[in-house]
Amino acid sequence: MLKQIEGSRAMAEAIALCRPEVICAYPITPQTHIVEGVGELVKDGQLTNCEYINVESEFAALSVAIGASAAGARAYTATSSQGLLYMAEAVYNASGLGLPIVMTLGNRAIGAPINIWNDHSDAMSMRDSGWLQLFAETNQEAVDLHIQAFRLAEELSMPVMVCVDGFILTHAVERIDIPDQADVDAYLPPYDPVQVLDPADPISLGAMVGPEAFTEVRFLAHYKQTTALRLIPKLSGEFRSRFGRDSGGLIRTYRTQDAEIIVIAMGSVCGTIKDTIDEMREEGFAIGLVTIVSYRPFPSAALRNALAGAKDIIVLEKSIAVGMGGPLATDVDEALRNLPHAPHLHSAVAGLGGRPILKASLHRLFRQAIVQPWEGTHFLDLNEKIVGREIHRTGKRRRAGPTAENILRQLAADAQGAEGGR
Amino acid sequence: MFQVRIHGRGGQGVVTGAELLSVAAFLEGRHAQAFPSFGSERTGAPVVAFCRIAEKEIRLREPVLEPDCLIVQDPTLFRVVDVFAGLRPGGYLIVNTNKTFADLHIEAFAARLPKGHAVIVPATEIAQRHVGRPVPNAALLGAFAALTELVHLKSVHSAIEEAFPGKVGAANIAAAEEAFAAVVAQERAAGVADHAAAV
Amino acid sequence: MTDKTIATLAPDQAVQRLRYYQKGTFTVGNRLVEGEARAVQASIDRSNALTCGHRACQGCGEALGARYALDTAMRATNGQLIAVNATGCLEVFTTPYPETSWQLPWMHSLFGNAAAVATGVAAAMRVKGRRDVRVIAQGGDGGTTDIGFQCLSGMFERNDDVLYICYDNEGYMNTGVQRSSATPPAARTATTPAVGEEPGNVFGTGKSVPRIAVAHRIPYVATATVADLHDLEAKVMKAMSIRGARYLQIDVPCPLGWGTASHETIRLARLAVETGFYPIFEAENGKVTAVRKIRKPLPVTAYLRMQKRFAHLFKGPGEDPRVARLQAMCDANIEEYGLLAGNES
Repeated sequence: MLKQIEGSRAMAEAIALCRPEVICAYPITPQTHIVEGVGELVKDGQLTNCEYINVESEFAALSVAIGASAAGARAYTATSSQGLLYMAEAVYNASGLGLPIVMTLGNRAIGAPINIWNDHSDAMSMRDSGWLQLFAETNQEAVDLHIQAFRLAEELSMPVMVCVDGFILTHAVERIDIPDQADVDAYLPPYDPVQVLDPADPISLGAMVGPEAFTEVRFLAHYKQTTALRLIPKLSGEFRSRFGRDSGGLIRTYRTQDAEIIVIAMGSVCGTIKDTIDEMREEGFAIGLVTIVSYRPFPSAALRNALAGAKDIIVLEKSIAVGMGGPLATDVDEALRNLPHAPHLHSAVAGLGGRPILKASLHRLFRQAIVQPWEGTHFLDLNEKIVGREIHRTGKRRRAGPTAENILRQLAADAQGAEGGR
Repeated sequence: MFQVRIHGRGGQGVVTGAELLSVAAFLEGRHAQAFPSFGSERTGAPVVAFCRIAEKEIRLREPVLEPDCLIVQDPTLFRVVDVFAGLRPGGYLIVNTNKTFADLHIEAFAARLPKGHAVIVPATEIAQRHVGRPVPNAALLGAFAALTELVHLKSVHSAIEEAFPGKVGAANIAAAEEAFAAVVAQERAAGVADHAAAV
Repeated sequence: MTDKTIATLAPDQAVQRLRYYQKGTFTVGNRLVEGEARAVQASIDRSNALTCGHRACQGCGEALGARYALDTAMRATNGQLIAVNATGCLEVFTTPYPETSWQLPWMHSLFGNAAAVATGVAAAMRVKGRRDVRVIAQGGDGGTTDIGFQCLSGMFERNDDVLYICYDNEGYMNTGVQRSSATPPAARTATTPAVGEEPGNVFGTGKSVPRIAVAHRIPYVATATVADLHDLEAKVMKAMSIRGARYLQIDVPCPLGWGTASHETIRLARLAVETGFYPIFEAENGKVTAVRKIRKPLPVTAYLRMQKRFAHLFKGPGEDPRVARLQAMCDANIEEYGLLAGNES
């Protein structure tokens, strides 16, 4: 049924349709609305057979989900940013134990400096953890990916993170089709565990594994994620058959057929990129977009196929691996490495800490990549004046003070100065 | 695509206003996207919300930089925020006040817009009378419907009803209707073409 | 003086045949005692939830305490029990991959989250309509009083239907005997070495989780030791008859960490009780309801002198003043909980 609702609310309804059995979460902006939404559905009786537990930290939240999942219940939780880091130990534990937990990650920047706005640094921090990571481009896809995620997690017996841009998607009200319960039930059967704590058939779960077997355990996890490269498109195809729309899969291409320039990105920024591409196409640029939906497992082969014909690739990402560059660019580079005529790769970082990515800026960026390509990582819309001043200032004396506060002060002073002129 | 930007302060229902507008457009079968400029909640702080309305899927995800219609819920913002930034030359302006443009020192700006595109609505007073609370958003939506004719007043009513059932909804609808009528009267007085959409 | 037990194991039988010869300990059930009064441990049909073959040190108090507690809980629940274990000695010595000595469904997640994981298991059982299946979370003092404290307090606060059992050997033993917030004052550990002006653990630190559990007003809190099997079993039975958050802390001497002889474990535990060093009590909904009286209080030195971790207190010519402080601590416990027999306070 078509509804005009807030993304969080739509996700809550989608999760409820998946018949979760144990839900636990700890509040953190910007995912809070999602869990509040589900909690309400439980409390007013719309979502039955579901235990909703208010926990005292994110670490507890995922731990409760771990216990519930190990005991055979379909478990769900949600978090963002700092919360994800706080549960980091449990994140690795859940995947190491092979528990099919689904978690929404309302993408938000990680501090310090504390920042409540959107970027992908939180997802990046856990990309090696063994969780599958799927990125939603729209709120519709966010709804659909949760349904696919439970199915995916339970078939593989591996946890899945559904990444949804905080605020930009979670707090936007838009037109979303909420599926029927009957269709979801047909797509997602009840949870049938690979392993379960059962007094009738006792097992021990969580043994210490030494050097003699650890490598094999890790290899099998890696191998399992590679099988997901086949399973994800299969489940997305099934989803299309039943629900009538394209959602999920490994990657999506937009006007890449004859493209010489291909942009690669994840999440909601892809919408803005598509508008930019349409406008540039009208001016004669052969430009297209590849949206990565499945970041883990990383779809190297699919990317190679999609990118092989291009001359220039622009990776636009909302994350920075400090000291290294753009993590997504690094991963894409790996996929292209052995191509006979590998395209040039241009790495751009944008939208950190929630800075809006403007269509006008993208126009400039995409052109610059061709006309005046940069070395290394380019930070979109960087305020070079402020940065320059700060570098100069800290070079002058030892007790220079905290960088973040100094920059904010400079910004405020500049703004006032600009106003003074009016 | 038609883009709306609403300026106000926390607690004035700015975000809800944008959402209701998007619902009104949705009820008419259009695509609409509403979202706030995100930040920590704080009553009284300047707040901006956006609404885009289009006939097809809206893919753009940036703040509304060049609004087709600007709604200012709180005139004290003129000194604090560059409210007019990017307003399109042929755009619309609705200001919630019982003063005049001249009183607010924005007469010159309002005059730059096409005839009849800038209106004043005492939405807070209207809301106070009907709803008993100084939350002007519903009234301003009625004004929007009258000014731009982009959505029918009926759709605004339905959106309000869905969000606020019962007496509260009815009161807000009444406020929207009064504001609608007020703008229609202003338009006629200004000699602008007659508004067909009365309901 | 030791008990002789003769075990015969028929190769084709899963049940371990045992014959007990009562010889003056309180530990094993007496064949002259009537059925119900016999300890669970006395029964051949006991579940052996923690069965033989594990890698615990000789004389490990925790291995003993865990077997006592879990066999009782298995009887109380008719075998419908799931255990969640924190990282620590118990987890490590019972599950040397690829073996396990647990004969019940058992899970180890992390060091600090046993209470939260158990909450999740309990929720799953509720959702599945399995009210008969009960959940135990267990760990050492490290995983309970320090790193596991947040999850524990959260579980208490929500009154989740979990029995948390803390096997208290007063230190992080598995990692090499480091100090925890359950380590008593003056005790030597690797991180409170017996050197300098104040050798051993300093006074004025430490945390009593049983007290904190009582302050949470959860349905049932109790302390116990491995020296009194019947008392421990009774407390587990009582705990399992209650729904909601429950906490049981068991004093389990650690020969390695305490520097004691492996055959002295039970005697040490008894001395901890009879000196007032380790008050034994029960509390329900925030109020102490019963205490284990001390028939004949012993001086704290009787307890301290048996342990190398306190040896530095007895090296000098005169008595180390901290012995008196420890005695005062015991006296305060006796006073506060009314532990003297004949003293019905």
